[in-house]
Amino acid sequence: MTNMINLLLFPIILPFLFAILLLFFKENIFMQRLLAFIGLTVSLVAALFLVAKVKTDGIQVITLGSWPAPFGISMVSDMLSALLVTTTLLITLLVVVYSFTSIGKERERYFYYPAILFMITGVNGAFTTGDIFNMFVFFEVLLIASYVLIVLGGEKQQLRESIKYILVNVISSALFVITIAYLYSVVGTLNMADISVKIAQVGQPGIITVIAVLMLIVFGIKGSMFPLYFWLPGSYAAPPVPVLALFGALLTKVGVYAIMRTYTLFFINDIGFTHEILLVLSILTVIGGCIGALAYFDVKQIIIYNIVIAIGVILFGVAQMNEAGISGGIFYLIHDMLIKGALFLLIGIIIYVTGTSNLRKMGGLMKTHAPLGWMYLIAAFGLAGVPPLSGFIGKLLIVKGAFEAGTILGSIIILASSLVVLLSVIRIFIYAFWGAPTAELPVTNHRSYRKMMIPAVLLVILSVLYGVGTEWLIPYMADATDVLLQPSIYIDAVLKE
Amino acid sequence: MELIMAIVIGILFMAAVYLILSRSILKIIIGTGLLSHGAHLLILTMGGLGGIAPPVLADGVTDYADPLPQALILTAIVISFGVTAFILVLAYRTYAEHKTDNMNLMRGNDEHD
Repeated sequence: MTNMINLLLFPIILPFLFAILLLFFKENIFMQRLLAFIGLTVSLVAALFLVAKVKTDGIQVITLGSWPAPFGISMVSDMLSALLVTTTLLITLLVVVYSFTSIGKERERYFYYPAILFMITGVNGAFTTGDIFNMFVFFEVLLIASYVLIVLGGEKQQLRESIKYILVNVISSALFVITIAYLYSVVGTLNMADISVKIAQVGQPGIITVIAVLMLIVFGIKGSMFPLYFWLPGSYAAPPVPVLALFGALLTKVGVYAIMRTYTLFFINDIGFTHEILLVLSILTVIGGCIGALAYFDVKQIIIYNIVIAIGVILFGVAQMNEAGISGGIFYLIHDMLIKGALFLLIGIIIYVTGTSNLRKMGGLMKTHAPLGWMYLIAAFGLAGVPPLSGFIGKLLIVKGAFEAGTILGSIIILASSLVVLLSVIRIFIYAFWGAPTAELPVTNHRSYRKMMIPAVLLVILSVLYGVGTEWLIPYMADATDVLLQPSIYIDAVLKE
Repeated sequence: MELIMAIVIGILFMAAVYLILSRSILKIIIGTGLLSHGAHLLILTMGGLGGIAPPVLADGVTDYADPLPQALILTAIVISFGVTAFILVLAYRTYAEHKTDNMNLMRGNDEHD
């Protein structure tokens, strides 16, 4: 199959193509739904083929226009990016199915599905690119689509919060451009593999460490890391639930991926300083997220602060720079994408059937909506990391890596944070599902309730399989970890002589 | 030459930060405009201001300006142009709905709208 070298572009190009097609059928909601569904399914199949291809043949690299590696734009798909691309498409497909019932015709008629597909183009591109400026461009692609999604509908709260969201992201994008300018003036190249080689040649002088910290600030804003997560709780509470699920599952993770990539490929010659900062900030992120998750009686806010906690846990794993820590980080990253998608869809249904997101006004849903309750309970245990479920293995490996590296206090904080996570999500369960039923539930359509349950239940099942099938996933994760731990594999694949 | 550019860019960033920290939405948007001007000038400067000829292939040209930063700037300009257009329209809509351009009056969450 020599003619399939373009396979790694398919998960980027296919959503883009279908997004353009959708622009022509603005008023035809049926076509919108059909084409969005087909586009995402085809992209998902391509992504699965890509994972198989990366597993058998190693890292896939394509240099656009056949210009040799440091001069053209390289697209690089190693196991980590292939797995992230697949997870992204899987979650998006299920969220789109959920949107059929929940988003409402008004939004569907105003470019809702094209905006999602454009955003996925940006997310997949950012996961796959091998060029730092191209990564900036893909960040902008996904951000501009996310601006549309966050404000679509034009409610008062959405307008107010979008202004803040866009301002924060405009500033962080300007910082990204500035950082790239500094990096270019030091190393004189934009290709990520080549940057890594050039940095190793000059042996990381002080200026490279400064650039490393600047990158941490840029991606820390995108990925909501302490003390840069101030924008996240307000902005994410504004859009409707399917959009929130997409944002919560995907957008912050692109920032985390960028930190993982740059901190394992570029800035590896002075890890005593840079990774120490990453370690301290990740622990503070976990603590900040825990405080927020316990402080609120609003179901959306509780899960939103759980995003912040998970970002801290993943980055804590990455900061260890040993095999257990990084592979734990990767396990936890993909687990967290799946489980956050599932949880947001489930609380979306809770909000739909109770008509409120305030916990104090809910109660007794177990009597009327038992399947919803059990699904929520499984997802909650999965999030906290109860052994047979998906969150366990990642956190286990992260803590193991931390003990190997000697960060005992940090690992204890991570373990304690699991309890806080469990407490925060179980609180939703107790308030919403136990107790006496609230006097009157709003009249809801039972058919649309069932239709919304299907994608949510599928996501929960997927996350359970992810936990149960850990053994089967280990070879894939080992491949992903090897590339992160040994940048030479990545560099050799891109700059092959 | 690079030193003068560095100082000018520094002043641009200073003005941008000052404007972004103000209360009125329009001033904030002017601030983001200055911020992107500063960032674009910084790419140009950081690429080095050497080279006599523009990067166009012609007979006898050997010393030309680095073409790569110019391409990067062109990309960054159109992106920030698109985002600025969007944010201006958004500010207009927000003003129409909220009847204020004062960021301090745009607080609130789900419970207190």
